[in-house]
Amino acid sequence: MRCLICHAETIPAVTWGTFWKPPVQKKICRDCEEQMDKITAPSCPRCHRPGHEGVCHDCEKWEKTNPGLLERNVAAFPYNDFNKDLVARWKYRGDYAVLGAFKEDLQNAWLASGFKGRQVLNVPLSRKRLDERGFNQSEAIIQSLEQEPLSIFERSHSEKQSKRGRRDRMQAVNPFRLLHPITDPAVIVDDIYTTGRTVRHMASLLKKHGCPSVSSFTIFR
Amino acid sequence: MFKAVKKYLQKDFSWIPPENPTHSFSSLSGKLLLRHEIPYEDEKVDHLVAQSILTKVTSIETCPWGYRCRRCGNTKSYLFAKMPHATCGQTCVYCRSCIQMGRVIDCEPLYYGSSGYEWSVHEHPCQWDGELTRHQQKAADELVALVRTGFGEKLVWAVCGAGKTEILFPALAEALEKGKRICLATPRTDVVRELLPRLKKSFPDVNIHALYGDSPDKAGDAPFIIATTHQLLRFAHAFDVMIIDEVDAFPFHNDPSLHYASERASKPHASIIYLTATPRKEQKRRIRSKDLPVVFIPQRFHGHPLPVPQLKLTPTLHRYLQKGELPPKVLQQIVHQQQTPRQLLLFLPSIKMAEQIAEHLKERNYEVRSVHAEDSQRAEKIQAFRKKEYRVLITTTILERGVTFPSVDVYVIDAGHVVFDEAALVQISGRAGRSPDDPKGNVIFYHIGKTDEMLDAVESIRYMNKLGRKL
Repeated sequence: MRCLICHAETIPAVTWGTFWKPPVQKKICRDCEEQMDKITAPSCPRCHRPGHEGVCHDCEKWEKTNPGLLERNVAAFPYNDFNKDLVARWKYRGDYAVLGAFKEDLQNAWLASGFKGRQVLNVPLSRKRLDERGFNQSEAIIQSLEQEPLSIFERSHSEKQSKRGRRDRMQAVNPFRLLHPITDPAVIVDDIYTTGRTVRHMASLLKKHGCPSVSSFTIFR
Repeated sequence: MFKAVKKYLQKDFSWIPPENPTHSFSSLSGKLLLRHEIPYEDEKVDHLVAQSILTKVTSIETCPWGYRCRRCGNTKSYLFAKMPHATCGQTCVYCRSCIQMGRVIDCEPLYYGSSGYEWSVHEHPCQWDGELTRHQQKAADELVALVRTGFGEKLVWAVCGAGKTEILFPALAEALEKGKRICLATPRTDVVRELLPRLKKSFPDVNIHALYGDSPDKAGDAPFIIATTHQLLRFAHAFDVMIIDEVDAFPFHNDPSLHYASERASKPHASIIYLTATPRKEQKRRIRSKDLPVVFIPQRFHGHPLPVPQLKLTPTLHRYLQKGELPPKVLQQIVHQQQTPRQLLLFLPSIKMAEQIAEHLKERNYEVRSVHAEDSQRAEKIQAFRKKEYRVLITTTILERGVTFPSVDVYVIDAGHVVFDEAALVQISGRAGRSPDDPKGNVIFYHIGKTDEMLDAVESIRYMNKLGRKL
């Protein structure tokens, strides 16, 4: 097997266990795994910001302006420099296969999150962006979680979030339009939770049309 | 079946259309582009395709046992992946090897731009007024002859500091006078940046473009292009004269996709010139079997011999390096060296060690700085060292080639380490004694046991000096 990220050969360790059953094939090498890191306790209970005891400053602010809009966010990996490069390669260069590197840990995080059984919503892309990229990153994540994505939103074309400053993002108009309201608890799946603006834009529409509870699940925080 | 296997094993460029209608789009000439790299509207592109100025070609070849990416030549199965493609609604194969330059996917074609653009003819383009030495002149004449015949290969085997760039000038002038298109490719961005101003000065009326990862020029629509070898992935049958500088350097020498790209970027009838100071095994084999014509320049431009490295056994070396220190013997040598006017260039095998030793020497009140590949201030530090703002520069193999300091001594610490192969050691030794004012310099390899690489490097330097004496 080759590492999905650095293409180096991954050699599974030989132990007495391998005598009984073949070793588990790792998709990524140990070096890359270490650099990808994982979010461990302590983290903010609301947005999963790593290395934070109790509710973080950002979430307190959100609670003041929009109380109860988003129940909580669950993420699997910190958005560190190594992961930033991976996201650039995956989303902007379009190297779809990189997602496979996260799959196993994402599935574990999904099981631990207790979101199972909720309606899984994807974040739509504008037609133009979808053609450029060739895939919808949110749908791709949902598929790797082995869930069924539900597309009930539409998006008008706008500047990439990653190209905007924090202030710009917070003041941005809601680019989404809800096509079919739902009345079950929902979870929105996206790649990165940075300010929490995108998911809250969607959550506000859902809540307005009778959805009891909205949470979000992302790869990175 | 047999044909298919043969085609797969050999580099086959018969898919590039042989007809090249003339046109007036210089930025498309000899290019192999993705749709989004062509700056025109769909209608215009369709029009150009109808005129066969642009030709759509399949981007990924499929054969029973795998794929080949036509942009980078990648055939490794683990560097292809499948994805559900939203644009066409199917599961498509794409190449992961050249993904940095945009995704090549099998349902989207590559566009080949006809190389029929007519480049302007220059009269007396070369304004360089220096003089070539006897050896240089001989090599230059051979290269001019090669460009004149317009077909063939030649390797210029010139010692470090022989003045390789200047040797090219007459051949470049010859090509530009005939309206030929030239590419000077090198594996290293630093070298591209250094060459551009030198060539612009010598060829002031010629439109020269430099292409590298984040270069300001992107279009590549000049008759003379200086590029990193990676940029050749966007060219096909474009150049009449292809010059590859430092053929033996990383990453060119061990990356098959760059060989593929450089071969494809030159026209079927092109003059190909390789420049190197340290040919690798493959090239040496071809020289020996008389498959690759070679021209030697065994002497530096100032006529002095290359400094021959001294090998010094230091059995305690690893013990001290582990503590982040240098053995007393080496320190004594540095103390001694620092009393001379020469600066000191210290090579270490890894970034971590380079930083530790820099700290160690700083504690001993030396003016020290360390430079490595991930250093954002690399260019400034090197510039400051050249201006003699400090005395000791500690570095890794990134400074092994392409940089010139007027008067330095060079010590390699732990020369037996795997990163120091023969080519690296020869190049490192070549940093010393580059200036005619101080043509000597001490080169010392500190080691814990001689390796073949060290001995080969010394032998190769001695051999070149011997050839230089004879001539």
